[in-house]
Amino acid sequence: MTNDPTTQYRGLDFTPLLELSTDEVVTHSYVKDIALPSGRRLALITLDNGRDHTRPSTLGPATLVELAAVLDELAQRASAHEIDAVGITGKPFILAAGADLSKVNDIPSAAAAKLLAQLGHSTLGRLGVLGVPSFAFVNGLALGGGVEIGLNSTYRTVDSSAAAIALPEVFLGIIPGWGGATLLPNLIGIENALKVVLENPLKMNRMLSATDAFELGMFDAKFDHVNFLEDSLRWADGVLGGSVTVERPHQPGRIERTVKWPMAIKIATDTVRSRIGSVPKSPYRALDLLAKAKDGDIAAGFAREDEALAELISGDQFAASIYAFNLVQHRAKRPVGAPDSSLARKVGKVGVIGAGLMASQFALLFLRRLEVPVVITDLDQARVDKGLAYIRGELQKLADRGRLSPDQLGRLKALLHGTTDRSEFADCDWVIEAVFEELSVKQDVFADFEKIVSPETVFATNTSSLSVNAIGAELEHPERLVGFHFFNPVAVMPLIEVVNAPKTNETTLATAMAVAKNLRKTAIVTTDSTGFVVNRVLAKVLGEAMRAVDDGTSFETVDEALAPLGLPMPPSELLDLVGLKVGAHVLDTHHAAWPERFYRSENLHRLAELGSLREKDSKGKAKGISKDAERLVRANLTPGGRPHSTAEVLQAVQDGFADEVHRMLEEGVVSAPEDIDLALILGAGYPFQMGGLTPYLDRVGASRRVFGGTFHTPVILGAANRAQQQELVG
Amino acid sequence: MGKGSVAMTSEVYFVDGTRTPFGRAGEKGMYWGTRADDLAVKAMVGLLERNPSLPKDAIDDVAVAATTQQGDQGLTLGRTAAILAGLPTSVPGFAIDRMCAGGMTSVTTMASAIAFGAYDVALAGGVEHMGRHPMGLDADPNPRFLTEKLVGEDALFMGRTAERLHDRFPELTKERSDRYGMRSQQKVEAAYRAGEIQPDLVSVAIRSEAGWGLATEDEGRRPETTMEVLAALKTPFRPHGRVTAGNSSPLTDGATMSLLAGSDAVKQYGLTPKMRLVTFAFAGVEPEVMGLGPVPSTEKALRKAGLRIEDIGLFELNEAFSVQVLSFLDHFGLDDDDPRVNPWGGAIAVGHPLAASGPRLMMQLARQFADHPEVRYGLTAMCVGLGQGGSVIWENPNWNGRQA
Repeated sequence: MTNDPTTQYRGLDFTPLLELSTDEVVTHSYVKDIALPSGRRLALITLDNGRDHTRPSTLGPATLVELAAVLDELAQRASAHEIDAVGITGKPFILAAGADLSKVNDIPSAAAAKLLAQLGHSTLGRLGVLGVPSFAFVNGLALGGGVEIGLNSTYRTVDSSAAAIALPEVFLGIIPGWGGATLLPNLIGIENALKVVLENPLKMNRMLSATDAFELGMFDAKFDHVNFLEDSLRWADGVLGGSVTVERPHQPGRIERTVKWPMAIKIATDTVRSRIGSVPKSPYRALDLLAKAKDGDIAAGFAREDEALAELISGDQFAASIYAFNLVQHRAKRPVGAPDSSLARKVGKVGVIGAGLMASQFALLFLRRLEVPVVITDLDQARVDKGLAYIRGELQKLADRGRLSPDQLGRLKALLHGTTDRSEFADCDWVIEAVFEELSVKQDVFADFEKIVSPETVFATNTSSLSVNAIGAELEHPERLVGFHFFNPVAVMPLIEVVNAPKTNETTLATAMAVAKNLRKTAIVTTDSTGFVVNRVLAKVLGEAMRAVDDGTSFETVDEALAPLGLPMPPSELLDLVGLKVGAHVLDTHHAAWPERFYRSENLHRLAELGSLREKDSKGKAKGISKDAERLVRANLTPGGRPHSTAEVLQAVQDGFADEVHRMLEEGVVSAPEDIDLALILGAGYPFQMGGLTPYLDRVGASRRVFGGTFHTPVILGAANRAQQQELVG
Repeated sequence: MGKGSVAMTSEVYFVDGTRTPFGRAGEKGMYWGTRADDLAVKAMVGLLERNPSLPKDAIDDVAVAATTQQGDQGLTLGRTAAILAGLPTSVPGFAIDRMCAGGMTSVTTMASAIAFGAYDVALAGGVEHMGRHPMGLDADPNPRFLTEKLVGEDALFMGRTAERLHDRFPELTKERSDRYGMRSQQKVEAAYRAGEIQPDLVSVAIRSEAGWGLATEDEGRRPETTMEVLAALKTPFRPHGRVTAGNSSPLTDGATMSLLAGSDAVKQYGLTPKMRLVTFAFAGVEPEVMGLGPVPSTEKALRKAGLRIEDIGLFELNEAFSVQVLSFLDHFGLDDDDPRVNPWGGAIAVGHPLAASGPRLMMQLARQFADHPEVRYGLTAMCVGLGQGGSVIWENPNWNGRQA
């Protein structure tokens, strides 16, 4: 075999990794010889960790060492002509879910991280140099290293019912480094590889279906689940015998390599930069690896992946990303501070007070997710009809797109009802208001409905700025009221802040948590404190931004100053998105609550009146801050103010964040920094590389500057910086 | 044909049949980790893949038999297996039970509907996962059977009914039974070596804690069996009895499926029939000697068909027990070693997954018909628990018009 990419790893000592993974759930490699119809023999490896499908097989060091030994034995049997091929497949529904993420925090150094990369290459690379062809029969879920098992094999088949196929590494702050970044573009072309390695992970970690992956060229054949392994084996026999010809139309040719490849990389780099900025490291390392994979030198590509993985795995961004990933995967599913779910009342009918856009969006969501009768009401029939028409229209759109079957559409339409007769709310178990954001209005509405509904009916308010306790002050049964704060757009944003007001009882809270779960949202429990979590943090960053602007700093400087955070968008764009009026209102509310800490900006009100902050071209793309806006601000600067430097703005925001988060925890708004991070990731799109917020504040020193401590002990750092940190502390 | 009437008669053809390899029942058997319904589905998928000219929505009905219909071997198997095999939802299905003749009854029931003109094409098969669903598990026989002596105590234990046959026919010695069993093993082995069995087998991926494997052959065969070994086996049903594991069919897991069609459908879909159905019969005997069942059922079928036993050129008899086959052979004056009888061996060697066995007899007879154009008629017959027999007479479409 020429250019055996595993040669460079022969003789490496992987025992340091084994010593780190003494409690690894080992995925064993079982081998059985299969007699193919032609009489050829295929040695079939089954990867199985002995657990059921809820604990997918993962690829830890002990797993990889065992697999390597099995592959060495099979290579010997191949050279002795005992077998004609090697196959590899997984336990039911799962090939492998990639590296064992439960272990990454144990990696002590960049050197150990590099060794892990090398062990993966050394093991999976053997699949390509067995002396006989290897076949990956991808019978189900294949993520990361699972996909790379296939890429290192000679041929691949996929089960059409496979739950997901993906290389999610970039989403987690690393790169597909067991061959993925090198082998994939050389198999399916650079454009398809960019989609798998970069685009999908950056779209909230989107996964591929088996059909998608097959069409991209990641597999040579696709078979239905019913006979997947039988069909795959028969197909392999055909390949071995020559009766099946494997065609790979996506494999890059010379022209693609010389012309298309660099162009595609440049376009992708520009797109990534404009979408997420240049703070996250992994997308750019991935782009670099993909660009260099053009040379088709697999061994060199593996070596490049080793270097990239060593650096990223031992870096801070990956540590924060894993922290964030665990929040989203685990903490999100078991909300802290929620009462026993058995206390929840069953919600058999939902009432929505209001029929405007927000109310209609609520009604639509409750209909689709709870599939119970939903009644909406408003001041007059015309408004009710408008709301009903909107909801029915949205349902029809879903049906037209195939998201609802005709029967489901019929069911949901029949469950929807609009009325001006409030008595029809009498048998609702859950009533949520979406009326004007004014205390007396909300108080009156609930007081009126309290006369109609049963004493146990739960009242939910979507207020973002009022005190839930105050809203319930006039109620005969204030214990039934709970805050239920959605984020816009309601159908898309995954977070709900459930506000446990002082009088809210456990049944009400439990019901709210159950409803949130059934709406397929993640709920965090907060106290009845201004801004709850997300708006309070946003008010801080927008307030500090406006303080600088009002002092004469340009919006561009402010945006530039905050770029190193890698937030989803700069302050000017965020203001544009939430609306200047809403933004001004949020600042006012927080200023009213804590005047000494939260800045309010009269200029923001002026800008709201002006109508727009950023100038846009005919396609709606922002070109920059509008001249009118700049003029208006310049005419009304804070007396005695002076422009802030980017460093000053950045530190003001970092320190403001650290202070406010610290206070929230002291006040008990939520129980732990994890909840704040989770809320910001899901409610405001704060990035994984920051770990939401608190890991970032710890690692840039803001926490120490502000309150002389850290949010996390030990601080969430990559292995490369952990040692350094210990020296500081020690 | 006018309004309100159907073509009341059609020829019925056995177009094709496939089966899973048969596995030894129990924890050590190859299908211990495989569901019963999945076995039926694999057989069905294999059958349909072999007959691509048949549109799946042309199938009028699916009958799948099982004796112990519970758990993964319950839930209206014909319907569930059809859905799982990817047949369109427009294709109906149902489950059948006549114990060991369940699969045979699937075939005769579907055949009847075709003959009547109601159906054009049907699937008929059976499955029995005796490892997961031992015969009689959870059964609750009515106490009247015993209190009123409606059946003897032996009737519910198949091995004891075999001992009763030895009692009734002293000339059926243990030695004859053992020799018959040994010959079955040898004949199956010879058929395997000649590649006669494998073409109708559908490979099944099998999972165990030690990884995936592939079932490609019947698991329970013992080609090395000798008379000495057989003589030394225990007689589990009676002290100093005659019935042993060596002259009985073993507990087995497996599934079979067959494709039946009427004359018009054969033409329309370009199918090649392997056998034409002549007639069939079921008959009852005393439950304590259930192994005798094929005698009256065969006599009845021959009578209906206007044939004599001499007209039958090939026999596929289910070998529940050697003694039960021998009682049939003696009755009809056939030699223990008659070359027309089970030329490729039988259930003693390949196994007897109760309700699945009937269609296996048919698919083997169909292959033999192709090799024997001088044979016009063949018989598939089997005994059934609680004293029944089932017999189906087939005609060879390849018959060359000469006398055998």
